[in-house]
Amino acid sequence: MKPFQYTKAVTQQSAIEAIAKPGVKIIAGGTNLVDLMKRGVTAPDKLVDINNLPLKSISLDKAGQLHIGALALNSTVSESPLVLEQQPLLAMALKAGASPQLRNMATVGGNMMQRTRCAYFYDTTMPCNKRQPGSGCGALEGYNRMHAIFGTSNKCIAVHPSDMCVALAALGAEVTVSSRKGSRVIPFTDFHRLPGDHPEKDNTLADGELITGVVISNNKFAKNSYYLKIRDRQSYAFALVSVAAALEINNGTIKEARLAMGGVAHKPWRLYDAEKALAGKPANEESFNQAAQIAMQGAKGYQFNSFKLKLAPAAITEALKHAAGIA
Amino acid sequence: MEDERAHILPEADSGTSENSRRNFLKQSTLLTAIALTPATAVKAAEAHVDEKIAGAFEKMPVKLEVNGINHSLSVEPRATLLDILREQLDLTGTKKGCDHGQCGACTVHVDGRRVNSCLTLGVMVNGKKITTIEGLAKGDELHPMQEAFIKHDGFQCGYCTPGQIMSAVACIREGHANSEMEIREYMSGNICRCGAYPNIVNAIQEVKEGGFKV
Repeated sequence: MKPFQYTKAVTQQSAIEAIAKPGVKIIAGGTNLVDLMKRGVTAPDKLVDINNLPLKSISLDKAGQLHIGALALNSTVSESPLVLEQQPLLAMALKAGASPQLRNMATVGGNMMQRTRCAYFYDTTMPCNKRQPGSGCGALEGYNRMHAIFGTSNKCIAVHPSDMCVALAALGAEVTVSSRKGSRVIPFTDFHRLPGDHPEKDNTLADGELITGVVISNNKFAKNSYYLKIRDRQSYAFALVSVAAALEINNGTIKEARLAMGGVAHKPWRLYDAEKALAGKPANEESFNQAAQIAMQGAKGYQFNSFKLKLAPAAITEALKHAAGIA
Repeated sequence: MEDERAHILPEADSGTSENSRRNFLKQSTLLTAIALTPATAVKAAEAHVDEKIAGAFEKMPVKLEVNGINHSLSVEPRATLLDILREQLDLTGTKKGCDHGQCGACTVHVDGRRVNSCLTLGVMVNGKKITTIEGLAKGDELHPMQEAFIKHDGFQCGYCTPGQIMSAVACIREGHANSEMEIREYMSGNICRCGAYPNIVNAIQEVKEGGFKV
């Protein structure tokens, strides 16, 4: 690992000042960043350790909005009584990710900032437009079994690896960020981006911005939500396909539906058209199958991942059945 | 803010080695002070200490309590807790498997929480309490989980075993050992290539159901 300077920020202001300079990276849990530094995929000149900042709290405000600090641990959030009661989908998604040890280190902000696990991104002897813009994409014609079927570009077909982010996208969370210029709010679905011509950019966070937390607005999905993760082994593996499903059901009729998928795109993939199709429909398998077909419009398989074109709709139907309690 | 690089760069670059060294020592002293003083004092000191803590090639003072013994160490920012335990403290019970957070052989407890020590930078756990496999037994008396692993043959080659046992103890303490399924899920961060999983689950169940103090 390339040597680097290390700084521990004591206040949010000093962290923001420190990251305003080039070559500086924030470290929180370090579960992804230290790994990438060991492999030489990234080599910052300086790390700013933000673990002393007061961004760990989980609270509910009077409007029923759930506020989660950027430094709350994945394990803490997944077991928080407030989260389990108000937004159980988020707890389910978190528990489906990583291992207990990693969840004890990883933070909410860090989870959002993790990089793709595309093998060509990790292997520094291979071309990768995300790691080295302009070098090409090894996955496009390579072994692309884990790769995207939605929103790809000819520069990158990598997927975002997070489970937590899929749930937050479905729940319509918001991200709060701070920089020298002040604070702003980014809708969660706008936080991560599609690769387009700039796969090196994972998200819309501007230079010098610090994630301070996420906010989930009050909703009525707690009773009928489910996170389904399909992977090569039962636990501790990245998703081939995952589905976050949240329903508000009144007397057997769907009032509102939220759906997002993981393992299929460069960002958590919200299924807006399928959501619209579900509104007003009976909460049964037929409606779910229709929604799953609608969700797959525009999907495109590559040499080794075309199985996802069948797996994804089946997973959507299955997740919705679980959410509706008819699985 | 003044140009920090003059203070941080290694001597070879700055050409003012004494100055650089003095500044580093000054900052190090402040850092130690921060670890020991109340919030008001931290607030007073932070304006100076925040930006310059350790240069890329300089070692930082780190205090660790490992298995009840206090250590004052000097470590590079890039040294992982795993390497510090094994190479500086000669605590080689904690194993380096994949070194990338995938196998769990390096599992230790930091302030009672199980983590992968291979992905933990030593400078980030300054002032914390670390428990390794060497810290479980009381003298010659093995920890109940160690006894159970022996009784149930919870290993073959033994390389993953220290990590398995540290995880197994945490699994029970966290309240995640209530069924075979739950144990398997919450032990999934520890890989055993010999495939001793059924016996590991049996060992954990015995300790859990036996009501042993873990």
